[in-house]
Amino acid sequence: MGLMERLFKTPAWGVHPDDRKQPAAAVPLRVLPMPERLYIPLLQHVGAPARPVVLVGQPVLKGQLIAEPGGNISAPIHAPTSGTVIAIGDLTAPHPSGLTLPAITIAADGADRWAELHGCDDPFALAPEEITRRTAAAGVVGLGGATFPSAVKFSLGKRLDVGTLIVNGGECEPYLSSDDRVMRDFADAVVDGVRIVMHAIGARQALVGIEDNKPEAIAAMRRATEAYAEVKVCPVPARYPMGSDKQLIQTLTGREVPADARAAEVGVLVHNVSTCAAVHRAIRKGIPLIERIVTVNGGAVKNPGNLWAPIGTLIDDLLNFCGVVEAPARLILGGPMMGTPLPHGRTPIVKGASGILAFNAAEAAVPEAGPCIRCGSCAKACPMGLLPMEMAAHIRADSFKGAERFGLADCIACGCCAYICPAHIPLVQYFSHAKGELSAQERASLRNDATKRLVEARAARIERETQEKAAAAARRKAERDRAKAAAAALSTTVTAEEISS
Amino acid sequence: MIAAILSLTLLGTLLGFGLGFADRIFKVESNPLIDEVAALMPGSNCGQCGFPGCSGAAVALVEGRAAAAVCPPGGKALASALAAKLSLELDLSKVADRGPQIASVAEDICIGCCRCIKVCPTDAILGAAKQIHNVIREACTGCGNCVERCPTEAMTLQPIPLTVQHWVWPKPALA
Repeated sequence: MGLMERLFKTPAWGVHPDDRKQPAAAVPLRVLPMPERLYIPLLQHVGAPARPVVLVGQPVLKGQLIAEPGGNISAPIHAPTSGTVIAIGDLTAPHPSGLTLPAITIAADGADRWAELHGCDDPFALAPEEITRRTAAAGVVGLGGATFPSAVKFSLGKRLDVGTLIVNGGECEPYLSSDDRVMRDFADAVVDGVRIVMHAIGARQALVGIEDNKPEAIAAMRRATEAYAEVKVCPVPARYPMGSDKQLIQTLTGREVPADARAAEVGVLVHNVSTCAAVHRAIRKGIPLIERIVTVNGGAVKNPGNLWAPIGTLIDDLLNFCGVVEAPARLILGGPMMGTPLPHGRTPIVKGASGILAFNAAEAAVPEAGPCIRCGSCAKACPMGLLPMEMAAHIRADSFKGAERFGLADCIACGCCAYICPAHIPLVQYFSHAKGELSAQERASLRNDATKRLVEARAARIERETQEKAAAAARRKAERDRAKAAAAALSTTVTAEEISS
Repeated sequence: MIAAILSLTLLGTLLGFGLGFADRIFKVESNPLIDEVAALMPGSNCGQCGFPGCSGAAVALVEGRAAAAVCPPGGKALASALAAKLSLELDLSKVADRGPQIASVAEDICIGCCRCIKVCPTDAILGAAKQIHNVIREACTGCGNCVERCPTEAMTLQPIPLTVQHWVWPKPALA
């Protein structure tokens, strides 16, 4: 870190894109009128897809469980409104591939009737395990974008004795302001959620990192934390990717998460501000995760802003509500740096959808990629200290293992390298391609091992069956011999008796 | 009686030791490379490569009679592992041709004859006499032995559909 950076506390890594959060961030939160139909995908989290527990034609109430977790790392899904299940089938996933995912379709009845909710007035009297259990049952997942089931992280934090909870209010992606809005409008709920999470993981202090380009959020959070000394609001410099957990941990605590390690191993756990607000709602009021704040922004949107919308709302419905000035040239779920390009607007928002961006032609323009000029800008920008140009050169030659030697596994796909590249090389796409190919190879070799085990099991079975057959044959033969001997003995006795008589 | 027992015991002991020593001294050295290659193979002996089982394919690979992409169930991962092990040239375009496949039973034609169950190298088919059979997806390697054996053509190989979880970003077009 150079002298200037030390003086101004600006990190040496990262980039500083134009944040373009205004005017959407300043517009008061609007509530989306309930759409006629909601499309709820069964995979909205990291892990196994959820399993539906409702049938087509079945009436459901708002907040009712409609799909149960499909494994240890999974999350349940609840009905975002009351109505009738009208279909369970495939739907275009909010995913760059444009492939389908199974989803539950609910026709809203407009009454918005709640199922019975079980809140809790004093969560701090509950055992930490009970809070973890209730959070899991409410289907809360990380709302910063990673969508990792929060309860799994709670029990991990409890097990590894994490002392510090870091609350991520960084929101470094341009255009997005949903976390900003949560902190401004629901600061008390966020702080209460933070304290509940601290109780659940046994943390002694909480540091709320907020980028200094959100002064209103910082002020609101400072007001809300006045009564609680253990929760500290820490403004951090606005620098992309400050909202990435590893970078935020390093900025707030000075500790660096080692490669191949989790944040919990350096004694901290990171949760997003929106996740904390969701935990507050889940524990205090018993409301599962069925609604969230979504930023609708981009040059093609007439009235950009933040909407309180149910999970499963079609992106077209959100855009119709906000109005469009022109047909969007590109739709993105999430932020412009790490978000997911979408094939069309007839796909729903999911738990991890922090924003929907509808870009106009000027914003969506992709400059043509040129050859690498070895300027090293990407290496300077990389927040993980990697060499993106070297990794990309290996991947271009299909040498994925070579890219792995340069630290591909540590790449967080933040997009700084591709943003800064003067030759406009799509570096992140190279890395995503290589990560996908490597995990496909990993899966194939696991499959090979499984095949080997199955073949051995079959050989053992055949061997066992042969032995059992032989044993049975021997037993039958012995029985036959015994019977013959008995018959012979009988006839001998009879003859002897005949003789004696 | 005693003399017979003693002489036979002596003879047996001597011959036993003799055989033991012969096994040590006249041991046939197998190529360790063949064993290492065989350990890489799936070991299901499905015969899709055209060699007598996985060990036969391993011998052919080491002797240079087979290409690295010889094993269809092993896929790209095995092909690149073999190419790296034996310094072979690798043509992955052939491996990608067919994609992963899985056996499936046409339930309206299956007569429940149990013949496919006997030829499945991984015990991936479930069924009993005169009951419709089914394939355990996780265990099927797509070797196709059952397809050849089925008397009613109820067994077919189907491509495994691509899912969101298995999708891979395409490589960017070269600039």
